[in-house]
Amino acid sequence: MDNNEKNHKIKKVAVICAKGNLEDVYASLVLANGAVMDGMEAKLFFTFFGMDAIIKKRMNKLQTASVGNPALRLPNGARMPKWLGMIPGMQGMISKMMKKEMDKLDVPPVDEFLDMITAGGGEIYACQLAFDMFKLKKEDLSEHVSDILTVGEFYEKASGEDSQIIFT
Amino acid sequence: MAQKTIAGVTVDVTDDGYLNDYTQWSQDIAKELAKEEGIELTDKHFEVIEFLRKQYEEGTALTIRKVGKSGVTDIKGFYQLFPGGPLKKASKIAGIPKPTSCV
Repeated sequence: MDNNEKNHKIKKVAVICAKGNLEDVYASLVLANGAVMDGMEAKLFFTFFGMDAIIKKRMNKLQTASVGNPALRLPNGARMPKWLGMIPGMQGMISKMMKKEMDKLDVPPVDEFLDMITAGGGEIYACQLAFDMFKLKKEDLSEHVSDILTVGEFYEKASGEDSQIIFT
Repeated sequence: MAQKTIAGVTVDVTDDGYLNDYTQWSQDIAKELAKEEGIELTDKHFEVIEFLRKQYEEGTALTIRKVGKSGVTDIKGFYQLFPGGPLKKASKIAGIPKPTSCV
């Protein structure tokens, strides 16, 4: 760390998760949890398809896309052929494998990850617009969601000195 | 390699202040290091520290989740014992290397 980094440590992180793919949700969760772990204030804001991560019935069933995901590789490192991703059940299989590999690294399922983040003082918020658009009810959401916010309210929560907003 | 005198003993430390050799650790050193972090160590703290040292000895990569499942404390308790970065602070006080895990 040079002096500039030492004198301006990030104090607060606001992470926006707008996608419901397994890997996008995990990127947001790891960033928020990592901030909490290092003593920063962390706010995690879910919107649009990212809402799946805080919908109780869906949060532990997230998937990685097997179609339209050019970075997918076979276990031998070769690029996965496009037709293979279209086979029924392939997306579920890939998602299961991803979860298994993450578990090996002690990365928890989504519900437990939210437990960890909030246990450390991190806060979870849902987007009002997406909440209305998807016609959700409060009881659909995880009990870790502390509020449903408009964009203006989100910016209020995210503001402060040495504060960062991350969009995954 | 930097050296530092903690509780009257000279030990080797990293630039971040972590002990280089965990066998140089003692409870007195832990208390001194904790003071630097603004923490007064209780029996509960030492239970966590013992757990961390044992895990390190066994070669396990430490995560907050593992501490939460240790039976010694839960995650909330861990954050309360070592506020503002529990895994890093507890590892430093326990005399083991800086954790490298992202979770």
